[in-house]
Amino acid sequence: MDPAVNPAVNPAVNPALLLLADSRLPAGGHAHSGGVEQAVTSGAVHDVPSLAGFLRGRLHTAGTVAAALTAAACACAAGPPPPEPAWGLLDAEVDARTAAPAQREASRTQGRLLLRVARRVWPSPVLEGLARAVPNPHHPIALGAAAHAAGATPEEAAMAAAYHAVGGAATAAVRLLGLDPVAVHGLLAGLAPDLAAVAGAARSGGDWESLPAHSSPALDLLAEQHARADVRLFIS
Amino acid sequence: MGANHEDHHHAPDGHGRALRLGVGGPVGSGKTALVAALCRTLGPSLSLGVVTNDIYTTEDAEFLRRAGVLDEERILAVETGCCPHTAIRDDIAANLDAVETLEDRFGPLDLVIVESGGDNLTATFSRGLADRQIFVLDVSGGDKVPRKGGPGVTTADLLVVNKTDLAPMVGADLGVMDRDAAAVRGARPVLFTSIRQDPTAATVAAWVSEQVAAWSHAHAAHAS
Amino acid sequence: MPGRRAMRAGAAVATAPAPGGGTLVHRLASAPPLTLRQTGPSTVHLVSTAAGPLGGDRLSLDIDVAPHTTLELGSVAAGLVLPGHGTSEFLVTARVGAGARLRFAPEPTVLAAGCEHRLLVRLALAADAEVLWREEIVLGRHGERAGRCHARFDATRDGRPLLRQEFTVGDPALDSSPAVYGAARCVGTTFLTTPVKEPVVAEGVAVLPLAGPGTLVSALAADAVELRSRLEWGERAVRPA
Repeated sequence: MDPAVNPAVNPAVNPALLLLADSRLPAGGHAHSGGVEQAVTSGAVHDVPSLAGFLRGRLHTAGTVAAALTAAACACAAGPPPPEPAWGLLDAEVDARTAAPAQREASRTQGRLLLRVARRVWPSPVLEGLARAVPNPHHPIALGAAAHAAGATPEEAAMAAAYHAVGGAATAAVRLLGLDPVAVHGLLAGLAPDLAAVAGAARSGGDWESLPAHSSPALDLLAEQHARADVRLFIS
Repeated sequence: MGANHEDHHHAPDGHGRALRLGVGGPVGSGKTALVAALCRTLGPSLSLGVVTNDIYTTEDAEFLRRAGVLDEERILAVETGCCPHTAIRDDIAANLDAVETLEDRFGPLDLVIVESGGDNLTATFSRGLADRQIFVLDVSGGDKVPRKGGPGVTTADLLVVNKTDLAPMVGADLGVMDRDAAAVRGARPVLFTSIRQDPTAATVAAWVSEQVAAWSHAHAAHAS
Repeated sequence: MPGRRAMRAGAAVATAPAPGGGTLVHRLASAPPLTLRQTGPSTVHLVSTAAGPLGGDRLSLDIDVAPHTTLELGSVAAGLVLPGHGTSEFLVTARVGAGARLRFAPEPTVLAAGCEHRLLVRLALAADAEVLWREEIVLGRHGERAGRCHARFDATRDGRPLLRQEFTVGDPALDSSPAVYGAARCVGTTFLTTPVKEPVVAEGVAVLPLAGPGTLVSALAADAVELRSRLEWGERAVRPA
């Protein structure tokens, strides 16, 4: 049987995508709230409806940017040309889209930890090249490269990035507010069309300059307030 | 900041790097006091680093820094997002990153102590993070705790029962605790101590010294 | 205003070094509704000569600050973006040469109900150019729901990306998200090439050191007066008077 049409060999859903999007991937994500902790402190997020608004806003701003840059990184990893000289340029494109230093640091921390995990789980010359070129890459760069190493496409990588943008924040809200976890997973399920739209819009070709750069001013403020908080449960 | 991901960090057999010692146990059992005591006693002879897993920001790290038992740059705090056991068992990435950061900055080190956030009796360290682990109980939790067991009590390389000075006041029978612990732990050691009465934690420090010596003998950089 | 036809207009301003040093505004090309007036030796104001922009309008402004010259650009009144036929667009392109200084601080852009606007800024800086670039957006006139807007700002320094930002307005669920604008009715930023060491935050405003050499003051506010005072507070934190 032709492997290309054998669903057992070429399934519709890439298992690597599930691993990359799983909150149990041991890459340090559980300690990041994506701004939720400070939004809870300020009172802006206090129940399931206000969390719904937060998640949707986060997905369509930070999530859209992350999905696009992740897809670009995955495509870059696939080459040609060889990706190593380009990593620094793509990483600088994330920098230019991340005005708040606290968010840049959270992104680089998560990127570094993901790269560490990916190098052991999906050993690949591409990941070694990324670690040489940018030892502390932004998370979308690490995720895109890891997705490629795991055999995922740029579109699949973008989906993992979009889900990452809301999954961790949702879990953090459950822990911080004691929300009904089923209600919160209902919110995530309700975001499925938005996730599909965000991931679908992330194109893998074209120039990097014009990739999305959606700003979320409230997240910027929350991130810097959080970095200065005396009491914190989450890193970001 | 950030570790360089040099190959020695990934060497599964631990060649050429420090012994990583996990210190876990329930809230208030005296983990931070024990870590401070170990730094006080071992600091003069060993090159040390400490990673704390605080529930709230950097409380334990601040306590250790104020205690002045170790150069404060050698103490790093990891935030755990409400899940201290996740950070030492299921997703050890942030802790490994902190350990490697200390090794890169101050290495070679002899011993890196990773103190967990106070958690329950089921919390243990992943073998991917800690080469040896100490579980700290205190007598005020009741003398039935060792009998009830749990992964921490049962599997830790060393069980420390702290605050023995309080035993008469809380009606805890140390003999019962010792017998019950031996029953669930087999040959693995149990030490009774009161860090308040012995701020050097001499017996625990001696055990840790032995572990460090054995580790460095077995894992010298070019032993293989 | 009813029945006004969509306009296509390109205005331009360019400086040159004055013979004995200093700056000469050597080109000032107005194109209604964009009218430029020189109001000082190196100061130019944008004066509206027609309502708008209206839907369908395509306006552009080209700014060229020659090396070692200075330009200040302001506007005399807030720009009110009104509905019309199709999308209105305002494209601002600016090049700031070596050792040149540009201050771009027009009055706010007000997105009237029903408008459909695109605001594009492309800022190309020489390595040692000095810039302050302020943008303020007001989500609708008093008591009015904002129209739709897509704003994009791209600043490069020596060809390398320094700041890329997009703002979208017009989906009420997103606008009011606690991650986006929350309860604010006004959003503004000031981009400065002056670096700061540490971020600073206060109520509704953050001073953010960029990864490259520059700083972004980002503010949210209930009204335009509060927005301006928050941005100016941040600007002073970057460049003490």
